[in-house]
Amino acid sequence: MTHTAHFKVWRGDTDGGDLRDYEVEVNDGEVVLDIIHRLQATQAADLAVRWNCKAGKCGSCSAEVNGRPRLMCMTRMSVFAPDETVTVTPLRAFPVIRDLVTDVSFNYDKARQVPAFVPPKGVPAGEYRMQQVDVERSQEFRKCIECFLCQDTCHVVRDHEENKAAFAGPRFLMRIAELDMHPLDAAADQGLVRAASAQEDHGLGYCNITKCCSEVCPEHIKITDNALIPLKERAIDRKYDPLVWLGSKIRRRQG
Amino acid sequence: MATGTTPTTPAARGVLAPGRAAISAPHLRTDRWWLSPLVTATALTIFIIYATWRAFANGDYYSAPYVSPLYSPCLASNCTDMNGGADWHLFGAWWGLSPALLVLVFPLGFRLTCYYYRKAYYRGFWASPPACAVAEPHAKYTGETRLPLILQNVHRYFFYLALPVAGILTYDVVLAFRDEHGAWGHAGLGTLVMLVNIALIWAYTLSCHSCRHIIGGKLRHFSAHPVRYRLWGWVGALNGRHMLLAWSSLISVGVADLYVYLVASGVFDDPRFF
Repeated sequence: MTHTAHFKVWRGDTDGGDLRDYEVEVNDGEVVLDIIHRLQATQAADLAVRWNCKAGKCGSCSAEVNGRPRLMCMTRMSVFAPDETVTVTPLRAFPVIRDLVTDVSFNYDKARQVPAFVPPKGVPAGEYRMQQVDVERSQEFRKCIECFLCQDTCHVVRDHEENKAAFAGPRFLMRIAELDMHPLDAAADQGLVRAASAQEDHGLGYCNITKCCSEVCPEHIKITDNALIPLKERAIDRKYDPLVWLGSKIRRRQG
Repeated sequence: MATGTTPTTPAARGVLAPGRAAISAPHLRTDRWWLSPLVTATALTIFIIYATWRAFANGDYYSAPYVSPLYSPCLASNCTDMNGGADWHLFGAWWGLSPALLVLVFPLGFRLTCYYYRKAYYRGFWASPPACAVAEPHAKYTGETRLPLILQNVHRYFFYLALPVAGILTYDVVLAFRDEHGAWGHAGLGTLVMLVNIALIWAYTLSCHSCRHIIGGKLRHFSAHPVRYRLWGWVGALNGRHMLLAWSSLISVGVADLYVYLVASGVFDDPRFF
């Protein structure tokens, strides 16, 4: 079945913009990105939109649909009533470039600030051996497609631009958790305690675990429960728990 | 046709900050995003009012063999005699207020610093944020980086303290299998209410994120600790239902206390199964 939907799409750039109204054809089985492409093809040839795979795996078509951060390619039109207005805007936590395209370089800056995996000494590349039970926690986090919806929805930076300098955001705190749980990461041997660093250098304390990152994740990664809270607990081990601190002095902590 | 959006001013903040897409509305959500924080705040407020009244009431908290979970253990000399129950007069006669106040600080602290309740009241009461992608009203935000909220990091210590409290409430349930004269082999509706309550309290306590960390989450090599890995998996399964258990155990505590109150105040007699 086909119907005509009412869309509002934000058009503009750094100098300003507005929500523009469009009446556009919608067919069964289509997603929001299909409609945006139809708008490009029929009514707004200069509409800027970032997209790539159309399969929810490249993380390019992140936008806000009716105010909710979503991948346009994974948002089916069938979730909206035929007479419902569908509003599509760019991500509102990042500087806009044009129309639905934002400058997400904040995320790449934060990615560079997370120290990389430190290879274990004496084990040549290609000889790493790990048991599945030891890596499966980190593997959940590797599902991340870097759509940055979690970064966009996190109120710490979305509502407070001034926190961007201090706060890495859920995606990169999850990266730190991934490395801290990695069975072969040897950062501690070089004096880098990742959990403590997450608190001191990457703003873990700003997270008030309100779970919006988990709610918007298109890969359904349990960011808060499996990455951020465990990372907070690990930071507490290192910074706020006198018993654990005492234990670490009495015998070398292993695990 | 354009609709009411204008470029932001330099004084604007958050989603209205310069450089971001010029949209004047603080959010564009069209669903009932306000319902969840409203329900959360209302339910928590009702419980706080009820629990405060009952904690200060200092009466109708024991009707043999049942004791209200708000008054156990009972640590002051002004406690009712509980016939072998957890009325240990550690605080002597100088304590003149309700004995519930001496112990409620532990479960209160446990729930106040709980990762789920934090989410609930940050959203419901403090609107930080009220809902995802809905702008919060505060001009500044420092989260849990400084006092007082940095104290949320003591949660694991309240978890440790919650364990003996849950143990004592378990003891109360065991005693509820005695009749009012102390003879074993009794069960009434009150026994069942207390049994359900303690099961939910244990499930909530053990599903705690700190418990999950202590049991095994802190390890880097599960393969070297197979027992802890197994326990971590069980706690993780409970942890996935932490919100459900937080609410159900909160309600069950209120119901158990209300039940004891109604029986102790003579509103009705406890139906006896055997």
